[in-house]
Amino acid sequence: MIPAAFEYKAPATLDEAVRFLAGTSGAKVLAGGMSLIPALKHRLAQPPLLVDIGRIPGLDGVSASGGQLRIGARTPHAALLAHPALAEAPVFADAAAVIGDVQVRNRGTFGGSLAHADPAADWPAVFLALGGEAHAVGPKGKRSVAADDFFVGMLQSALADDEILTELVLPLETKRAGAAYLKLRQPASGFAIVGAAVQLRADRKGRIDQIRIGITGVNAVPFRAKSVEARLIGQSPDPAALRTLCAQIDEADPTGDLHASAEYRRHLAGVFVARAVAKAQGRAAR
Amino acid sequence: MAVKPVHVGQRIKRREDPRLIRGLATYTDDLKLHGMLHVAFVRSQYAAGRIRSIDTRRALAMPGVVGVFSFDELRGKVGPAPCTALMPGMNFVPYPLLADGRVLYVGQPVAVVVAKDRYGARDAALEVEVEIEDRPAVVELEAAMAQGAPKVYDELPSNVCWHAPAEPNSKLDALFASADGTLSLRLVNQRVAPLPMEGRAIVAHWEDGPQKLTLWTSTQTPHGAKQQVAMCLGIPELRIRVIAPEVGGGFGCKIPTYAEECLLPWLSRRLKKPVKWAETRTENLAATTHGRGHVEYIDAAYRKDGKLLALHGKTIADMGAFASMLGPAIPTFTHLLACGPYGVQAVSWEIIDVYTNTMATEAYRGAGRPEAAYIVERVMDEIAKQIGLDRVEIRRRNLLTKDVFPYTTPTGAIYDSGNYEAALDKALARFDYPRALAERDCRREAGELVGVGVATFTEICGLGPSTGATALDRRGTWESAELRVEPTGAVTVMTGASPHGQGQETAFAQLVADAFGIGLDDVTVVHGDTDIVTHGVGTFGSRGLVVGGTAVHMAIQKIVGKAKRIAAHKLKTTEDRLDFSGGFFTQPGAEWRLGWAEVAMAAHLWNDPVPGEEPGLEAVARFEPTGTTFPFGVHFCQVSVDRDTGELVLERFLSVDDVGTVVNPLLADGQRLGGIVQGLGQAWCEEVRYDENGQLLTATLMDYAMPRASMFPRFELDMTCTPSPLNPLGAKGIGELGTIGATPCLVSAVLDALAPLGVTHLDMPLRSERIWRAIRDAQAGAGR
Repeated sequence: MIPAAFEYKAPATLDEAVRFLAGTSGAKVLAGGMSLIPALKHRLAQPPLLVDIGRIPGLDGVSASGGQLRIGARTPHAALLAHPALAEAPVFADAAAVIGDVQVRNRGTFGGSLAHADPAADWPAVFLALGGEAHAVGPKGKRSVAADDFFVGMLQSALADDEILTELVLPLETKRAGAAYLKLRQPASGFAIVGAAVQLRADRKGRIDQIRIGITGVNAVPFRAKSVEARLIGQSPDPAALRTLCAQIDEADPTGDLHASAEYRRHLAGVFVARAVAKAQGRAAR
Repeated sequence: MAVKPVHVGQRIKRREDPRLIRGLATYTDDLKLHGMLHVAFVRSQYAAGRIRSIDTRRALAMPGVVGVFSFDELRGKVGPAPCTALMPGMNFVPYPLLADGRVLYVGQPVAVVVAKDRYGARDAALEVEVEIEDRPAVVELEAAMAQGAPKVYDELPSNVCWHAPAEPNSKLDALFASADGTLSLRLVNQRVAPLPMEGRAIVAHWEDGPQKLTLWTSTQTPHGAKQQVAMCLGIPELRIRVIAPEVGGGFGCKIPTYAEECLLPWLSRRLKKPVKWAETRTENLAATTHGRGHVEYIDAAYRKDGKLLALHGKTIADMGAFASMLGPAIPTFTHLLACGPYGVQAVSWEIIDVYTNTMATEAYRGAGRPEAAYIVERVMDEIAKQIGLDRVEIRRRNLLTKDVFPYTTPTGAIYDSGNYEAALDKALARFDYPRALAERDCRREAGELVGVGVATFTEICGLGPSTGATALDRRGTWESAELRVEPTGAVTVMTGASPHGQGQETAFAQLVADAFGIGLDDVTVVHGDTDIVTHGVGTFGSRGLVVGGTAVHMAIQKIVGKAKRIAAHKLKTTEDRLDFSGGFFTQPGAEWRLGWAEVAMAAHLWNDPVPGEEPGLEAVARFEPTGTTFPFGVHFCQVSVDRDTGELVLERFLSVDDVGTVVNPLLADGQRLGGIVQGLGQAWCEEVRYDENGQLLTATLMDYAMPRASMFPRFELDMTCTPSPLNPLGAKGIGELGTIGATPCLVSAVLDALAPLGVTHLDMPLRSERIWRAIRDAQAGAGR
């Protein structure tokens, strides 16, 4: 790696880290580095300062209580593969298992992926589907951002440059509820050509009465397929009906690239949403 | 009485691996020399254009920068880059070490920055301002041949580098005229990147005292590099030492001697300091040679029983922007191997090498033979389809039978030995072909898309007789070995077959240990240093064991001969009455035996001189093959396709190969696994892509799709053994067969999976979108 020159700080506290970020325009947070380091290598990013949050205590870990999941932002993907606190939420294993490769899963972090807001990363779809809040700390103190407000642009989250994502607090619905994530991997990078996350709840008759669908890989910003959500409420579709109901995603605005045309992406989004819904239905019925 | 080999034929783990795995090995980029400077290249951002200006002032002013050089400093002093494949009548333009006023492809070196550290060199390279007046690029191969296409070289009449028209062939014409059926195919063998794990890396150190250049470079051919750098720089070869330390893969792209390998020595001489450059992965993808890049038009004539009678082919081969060292000659292998393992009566071939504004192509694992195998296998499947014959049965009807060898093909290849049906029968049994078809049909009934693929193939290996060598090569294609016996009986082997991952240190040690009845730890194999291994050729064309190993065998025989004379003297007998086996000299009927180490000691001690002999025990041998070897094999695979997404799942893959004698089955398995995966990578996902302006789209591993372990099932491997009569080991070569058989096998399976939908053609790579579109278009067609 031959990046441009940069300063490096490894503070021991969040306050110190925030001060470093606030003190240098263009400074970047370094967590697992799985996206940032390649960007430095290719000089796509040339931050004057890296603030390594690896030594700050209390930023990782998973816990479940009172219908809520709390996941530390610096928790590595691999820790979400089979965490006992996530036994009721297999959607995390769905996603964690298909992120990058073993090295990426061991080094890359849950919060880092969300904060980086890559339009083809996996966790943004899951976060959108589950809902909940992102907690961050900045020069003005703590604040939280709802999942629906978190992704604001291409590679852009709602966090300010001097804010650090600390924790994700997500609802853990289990009664007649299920969630699932499925993706088609881009063959080179392993990112999603299309990734669909679904969280749903069924009523006693098996009809969907709550649903959130998060999609990644398709638009410049991960988004919720609210048009499909609306269509599925009150339904208990069989696989064929599901395909039809999911085929048209009004919010999808794909562009083509080397690996998939816009047309193919649009088609795949429908296929993967339908499959993720079916898988979530299956889990809800258990 | 011969003793059973102890090491040869055993699955012995690579002796190289402990140091490689534990990070104890030295690759070129690990070298640190006192006062060493670092080099970074300024590379063209445009595929075609005229250089208006190169402003180095800002770069020169940066801290630690020692110099910035462009073509102006090289003019008339050094270059051009080596090209040894000068085909008769070829349109050749020498390729300068740095762009000489024009740029020809994205990634071409335009200027070079030398600085005190690697970071400073890169920073400064970004500050060199190169103003280029860009012009239309020609990227697409067939478009480059069109009238009025932009020209890569204004001074040439067209973009055609070399044209070898098909020779008139009345037999072929008659076969086509009388055939029961004919077919035509257009096949694409897309451009791929060899992508060795270690990129190119160079350290050059010119020392004024001894007037000597030491060049460490990651190459398959250190002796070739020595000779080519000598010619390019005008330095006597005696003043050059090339060292290939650990070489982390090559796959053909490290056969040529590159412009950078000539430029760094020049810089070192000029600056009187060692200089280092190690390419980045993006430089590797942009400016290390690519492979394949063929479009083929094929006509085939066949009989109604499925017998392939005649083939006419036209190969259009993408040379890229300049003629690499071997590039222009590679399509001739496609012609040579066009018949595959089949008895074809007549073949005619036309070859058109074409320049485009892209990186040059060069040998890549298989080099021309994968293209040939792909062609004839697609032809077999197509005939089978047209006459409604099973794809295995049509191959069986066309395979050469074991009694015809040595067999000369209509293209002039002389197949040394073969028993194709035995390999096919073994593969059929192992794969349980009838059951695989039954399972396929059953799953099809249930709505799945399932396919079975087959490929039977042969290839040309053990390159080869030196008759094709030219003065530009300064050497033939023999191989050398030197063995030195220590007083203890331990042996140092010096091989010219400089490996880049093949495992010569293990396989050659097995040969030597068995020959002298010593342990593997008593053998050391030295390679890759032209001052120690004074003559050699290198490792390519599946020749390491076949040619290099045979040279070792020859040196062993010379040493055994002398050792017998010494032993006979000690034992007061005659050498012709002695046997030597398992480390002991014995005489039939005699009680005593004399050990190898005693003879080795006697040879050095010489306190009992042997009349007519010199002291010591060493030998040099060079093996010049009288012909090439033709390994062969049969691959089967089974796939399923997701009809909604086009995703491909490889469910089974069986490879039954015949490479003659196998010295180390573990190494052989490794070669096959690597080769098969590489071949499947081409069929499935790999492709170097440029946009219409010649911008490289696959410039990182985030976009260039290498195959991943998770894509593959556990491979089923088996072998048959038909030794080659052309070398005393009976070895045929194994390095390339994976990329030859596996590629058409996977395509065959996917086309079989999609056949029920009416899909008849797909080009590689079999990306999911491409498969999805084929399914969708076929369904749309069926609905009309």
